[in-house]
Amino acid sequence: MDKLIEMLQQLVNGVSLGSIYALIALGYTMVYGVLRFINFAHGDIYMLGAYAGFLLAPLFAHIFKFGEFDTFTPQNTLFILSGAGLIMILSMAICAALGVLIERIAYRPLRERPRLNVLITAIGVSLFLQNITQYRLGADPKAFPQLIPVHVIEGLGNLTILTSQLAIIISTIILLILLHFVVMKTKIGLAMRALSLNPTACSIMGVNNDVVISFTFALGSALAAAAGILVSMDSPSINPLMGNLPGIKAFVAAVLGGIGNIPGAALGGLIIGILETLVVAIGFPQWRDGIAFAVLIVILLFKPTGILGRVEREKV
Amino acid sequence: MVKGWRSLNPGLMHLFFGISACLAWTIQSSLGEIKIGAVSCLTGALSTFGVSSIQGAKLAVEEINAVGGTLGQPIQLIVEDNGSKAGETATILRKFISQDKVVAVLGGLTSSSTMEGAPLAQAAKLPLLTPSATNIAVTKIGNYIFRSCFIDPFTGQMMARFALDRLQAKQAIVMTDVKQDYSVGLTDAIRLYFSQSGAKILSALSYSSGDSDFRTQLTAVRMAHPEVVFLPGYYTEAALILLQARQLGIRCPFVGGEGWDSPTLVQVAGKAADGNYYTDHFSAADPDPKVQKFVQTYRAKYATLPDALAALWYDGARLLTQAVQRAGSTDPEKVREALAATRDFDGVTGRISIDDNRNASKPGVILEIVNGEPKVVQQITP
Repeated sequence: MDKLIEMLQQLVNGVSLGSIYALIALGYTMVYGVLRFINFAHGDIYMLGAYAGFLLAPLFAHIFKFGEFDTFTPQNTLFILSGAGLIMILSMAICAALGVLIERIAYRPLRERPRLNVLITAIGVSLFLQNITQYRLGADPKAFPQLIPVHVIEGLGNLTILTSQLAIIISTIILLILLHFVVMKTKIGLAMRALSLNPTACSIMGVNNDVVISFTFALGSALAAAAGILVSMDSPSINPLMGNLPGIKAFVAAVLGGIGNIPGAALGGLIIGILETLVVAIGFPQWRDGIAFAVLIVILLFKPTGILGRVEREKV
Repeated sequence: MVKGWRSLNPGLMHLFFGISACLAWTIQSSLGEIKIGAVSCLTGALSTFGVSSIQGAKLAVEEINAVGGTLGQPIQLIVEDNGSKAGETATILRKFISQDKVVAVLGGLTSSSTMEGAPLAQAAKLPLLTPSATNIAVTKIGNYIFRSCFIDPFTGQMMARFALDRLQAKQAIVMTDVKQDYSVGLTDAIRLYFSQSGAKILSALSYSSGDSDFRTQLTAVRMAHPEVVFLPGYYTEAALILLQARQLGIRCPFVGGEGWDSPTLVQVAGKAADGNYYTDHFSAADPDPKVQKFVQTYRAKYATLPDALAALWYDGARLLTQAVQRAGSTDPEKVREALAATRDFDGVTGRISIDDNRNASKPGVILEIVNGEPKVVQQITP
């Protein structure tokens, strides 16, 4: 029984970590879908999402009484969630705008150039965002304000699930459903899918490719910002380089699921999160970061298209 | 013929200017300043430590330059940042050796970074003094490598003694940051002293710098019911560990080392930081007039209280320049001999003597976090 509880416990930890990777991986995969390039600055959008929350929260602190509640009660739950939700939505909006801006300034001028140019530019943008944040806001870790009270959820016996972990998992599910709706049921979603199949045909049929690409960046950046806020609610220490490793791991998750494939990115994120937790649980915490790259090597060797990816023939 | 002359002329002129520029440079560098290279972690995970350290060192250099420098020349502190990253310190040391041609090196901040740079300094016969690397292996690298702080075995002994005597703890867990030589070295010392006295280390858990989720390890801590948890790591992770431990309902005190000494720890951990203890090199609350004078000057200049790193690097910079003064020259061998001969240097972190192993012997303090403020509980002399 104890073993079962422990397994279940680590699974919960793994799923909450994996949800974060999944949210970031979606941005990589969607941008790859429409532009066929890896936006290496995506991890830094996740960092900026956390910083947006860090800067926004004090402005709303007196309205929503951030940090004043120690536990969730039936009376305050809705109040707390609306406060945290507002910060999250605002931060998502800011990062969506930033994502569009970055695409407009840094990537669009290079669209007709070799793909390597824009890839290198993405690395440059990543370094720029990290360093401008260090310069403007300081390089030292900052304490993220408490948006929701973090405590163990009562009534689960030996299983400890924290309110913050539950918030991550539920928010991720909601965001995934919303994303599915946008991509599958709306006109702009249809345009995104069309663009990923064939950009030229898509524009011949009257779709404004620039708008669709901007929208894709906005969507991906908003999801990354949500991930940044969620992770900071769970471990409230943020720094300008926090996007580095999660960004790269989410990239691995996107490749694992099949780059360009949206359900694949979510699945890949969960797998990487659970694997990472297992590696720590069996006593090899120093391999925590290594495991993602080991997965990358294995997947590139044996199934380069990823779990859900399709083989794409080069058209002549 | 005339045409040839003209085309030759600018070349000659260039050559002439080149030679005179070289001459001017040589004259200036021989008359100019005494260059000391300082390498620390100004950005990245350990930046609050790094910024304090350089502020402390700069204050010392300014004070020394205000009274005429050393050997009649002002000191120029060349500050480089390793970004808290592995690999950078070695590159910086190469720059100090080949490009800046410094007289001595102050740094690095951590044991890991110092051990990366020290072999290069040793090979180039360049005296290196680290004011804050406490891992015992650092000064074993060679006879040009010195330190002006106490070593991990002393800290480990302080932590273990404190847990045994004051906290009456008999069962402990150690959590080690396996990426930091500092944490690994301190863990060995704690284990040695704690288990010597008949007490028991229930288990040794590990984590890595940069992690932010420690619940997997803390679940194991909760199952084991220890009376104390030793946490010899740095503040970035320690803060999150304290926070997550309290969230999981772990109530026993955590005991850390000087790696905890940063305001960030309390800012991140909040109430979860209260009731925990750590050892340190220095406390700004020390009533000693010499310490209070330093605290006041530092505060006037930087609008913040000096932490241990600021004090250690202030002492380190002064000790190093004083050694250059005593050496009577910038000859590396003479500076090395002068450093080795340091006895009873009167620093703000206590009296420093350099022993035969090029380590410093000096006192330490134990602090408790009460309502977010560190309070001195005990002073310990070796």
